Amino acid sequence: MFKGTRIQTLYNILSIAFTMLLIGILLYTVSEMPVMGDPLNPANNEVAVHYLTNGARETGARNAVTAMILDYRAFDTLGELCVLFVSACSVYILLRVDAGKKEEEVEAIDRRYEPRNDVILNKAFLFLVPAVFLFGTYITLTGHLSPGGGFSGGAIIGAGLLLYLNAFGLEKTERFMHRIRYRRLNCGALGFYFLAKGYSFFVGANDIKSVIPITNRGNILSAGLIMPLNVCVAIVVATTVYAVYLMFRKGGFNI
Amino acid sequence: MNNYMVTNLPEVAAIVLFGIGFSNLLLARNLIKKIIGLNVMDTAIYLFLAAKGYVDDAAAPIVSAGTVDPDLYVNPVPSGLVLTGIVVSVSVTAVLLALTVRLYEEFNTLDIDEIVHQLRRKDREAMR
Repeated sequence: MFKGTRIQTLYNILSIAFTMLLIGILLYTVSEMPVMGDPLNPANNEVAVHYLTNGARETGARNAVTAMILDYRAFDTLGELCVLFVSACSVYILLRVDAGKKEEEVEAIDRRYEPRNDVILNKAFLFLVPAVFLFGTYITLTGHLSPGGGFSGGAIIGAGLLLYLNAFGLEKTERFMHRIRYRRLNCGALGFYFLAKGYSFFVGANDIKSVIPITNRGNILSAGLIMPLNVCVAIVVATTVYAVYLMFRKGGFNI
Repeated sequence: MNNYMVTNLPEVAAIVLFGIGFSNLLLARNLIKKIIGLNVMDTAIYLFLAAKGYVDDAAAPIVSAGTVDPDLYVNPVPSGLVLTGIVVSVSVTAVLLALTVRLYEEFNTLDIDEIVHQLRRKDREAMR
């Protein structure tokens, strides 16, 4: 409503001035910060040193970041998974198909823009999609030994699901990924994460001997709970990516 | 004022990127462009955190078995914080885009000024 008026010009000038002021203050702070890359920086304090020196022995994970996010600070990761779940729920509440409109009508509008029976797409994705799923599973399962983990693996598997959906259509995807399975997978993964990590923290805090063995041999079953928790994270991330995409696509996914 | 601006170049880049995103958030009238500005700000934060965790001549924190010399690896804590930031950013972006879709269905425009204009006109008509 202020388009082209004097108020609009004033607003633009003021916002640029405010941004410049903000950048100036922040740059001044950066110029007072310690030199980047110095091992003696205050950021590299005893917390990071403890994670690096004792992480492999205490958690069994070679990857210090995984040891941190799935063992020392595992409830933070549970919070992140809940954020993902709640955001999928909010998107569902906002975008669910209105009762007035017929679901088939809404789907027909969006389907018009989707590729259908494209030979090149189908043949290419026939070879590409298994490789994507395999790569995502590998990244997830070896999250405690190599770079990667549940979040990146789950994002890759979710991207593979989207590829499959776009190449072969919703009917074929719903054969293995329908809304009931989405609900079971997501809630099951969240529940297992909560129970397993709750047990682990309970026995750890009370000095009870845990039944879950922890070794740091460096093979895939070595790090106690970290590998199953990585799988839980991957399931939640992949299903959330898929569900949010389906809801933006309109229809076909009412939880 | 120390002259660390030259040595802290990634941090400087992160601040400038943050400013670009912030001005985009303030100046863009299109709601999708506002969300892109917010995502640019998020990216600036990731760059800042990654720069804070960096240690010269150090490897990624995949430690080998046995005794570990912590000076050989970068700081793992900012990497975990970046992971948290990415998850929150993705969730917020999804919710914002869903709200934008609803607004577009209601007003048939993405221009924030146009939406405010239509809302005020509706209010005036309701008052009459």
